[in-house]
Amino acid sequence: MSRRYDSRTTIFSPEGRLYQVEYAMEAIGNAGSAIGILAKDGVVLVGEKKVTSKLLQTSTSTEKMYKIDDHVACAVAGIMSDANILINTARVQAQRYTFAYQEPMPVEQLVQSLCDTKQGYTQYGGLRPFGVSFLFAGWDKNYGFQLYMSDPSGNYGGWKAAAIGANNQAAQSILKQDYKDEISREEAIQLALKVLSKTMDSTSLTSDKLELAEVFLMPSGNVKYQVCSADSLNKLLAKFGVAQPSTEA
Amino acid sequence: MEVLLGITTSTSTIVVASKAAMRGATILKTSDDKTIILNPHTLMAFSGEAGDTLNFSEYIAANTALYSMRNDAHLSPSATASFIREELARSLRSRKPYNVNLLLGGVDPISKEPGLWWLDYLASSARVPYAAHGYAQYYCLSILDKHHHPSISEDRGLEILRMCTDELQRRLPIDFKGMTVKIVGQEGIREIPWDMSRPIMAA
Repeated sequence: MSRRYDSRTTIFSPEGRLYQVEYAMEAIGNAGSAIGILAKDGVVLVGEKKVTSKLLQTSTSTEKMYKIDDHVACAVAGIMSDANILINTARVQAQRYTFAYQEPMPVEQLVQSLCDTKQGYTQYGGLRPFGVSFLFAGWDKNYGFQLYMSDPSGNYGGWKAAAIGANNQAAQSILKQDYKDEISREEAIQLALKVLSKTMDSTSLTSDKLELAEVFLMPSGNVKYQVCSADSLNKLLAKFGVAQPSTEA
Repeated sequence: MEVLLGITTSTSTIVVASKAAMRGATILKTSDDKTIILNPHTLMAFSGEAGDTLNFSEYIAANTALYSMRNDAHLSPSATASFIREELARSLRSRKPYNVNLLLGGVDPISKEPGLWWLDYLASSARVPYAAHGYAQYYCLSILDKHHHPSISEDRGLEILRMCTDELQRRLPIDFKGMTVKIVGQEGIREIPWDMSRPIMAA
């Protein structure tokens, strides 16, 4: 009866583990990775697009990056259908807050509300947890730029640089080595691309395998979420010298 | 005959309420405080139906305290005003609406900007430089209109307030037993004594 503690999310195993939650985290390890880096003038999100088939009509917009509100965006790793549900609830939460208080929702509060939803599925039985990890990038007037990482258990934390999805441990350790405080957005992009070039399976980085998005403040003081176009992404890849097959890896 | 007044200055917001608790023509108490502190930089003054005012104010105070506790951050005065307006709008469309009129004074903890909101039981909400509720409107708004300017100092604000309370003493037919004067400043909320023993001649 080895499946005794596997089948229900709400039951602890004798070792005190929740297998379904651990399996959900395992599922994310197979998904395309995403990296988030906090810079002094913004937050950078880079994601790996998994090209499943060349027949697939790739969506013109992003497939891993989602805008939650004017001041918050997220990158996803995991089961996209699960993620869509959570992204929708996050957007609704953000709008509810704006409706009640006439000001944008603080980033951590938004992350917390989403993680409360995730946590619920690890406790109330009969359902499986969400197989999704998120990186949230945002700005609010209290704490400025912020980066959060969340996992299927409903845990979340604020990070200076974080990685989710395939090879996230390798990515995390490179980030740990190379991250410096007070870096600029451009340096953050360079670092993120460098990390991805080392941790991705494919030998060369191209714009059709990557997504890049930034959250930053415009001179007017408004928060801007900007997705990098394929053209400018290719230029960046060439500029930072990561377009060619990586020799160090 | 309850009096609520609010005056913004360049650095602070002055919130004023009469001290008399009345039922009909009878004064029950002369030390009533019609204000409640919502958080270290937001103060609310209330008037209206006797039971409703305190019940609604305590409900708002409890909810803003809950927000502070849950989120480790205080609501800004403008966010508080929006929250109160929503609660009043919900109440207005219920079987038994609250009959409460409010003034919300505060200083934004981040921008340090003083603010004043005028709210009534019909869930109107307006950000204003100065405000009054009840009969005080008839006597004070003209004085405030003539003398108020957003850049006035706190001392000038109190001088204008003195003109207002003198006029109220002169014109209002019922003694409202003095004023509670509270100032929401850059360093928090403080109360100052307000002497109204000086005789004011009727015009």
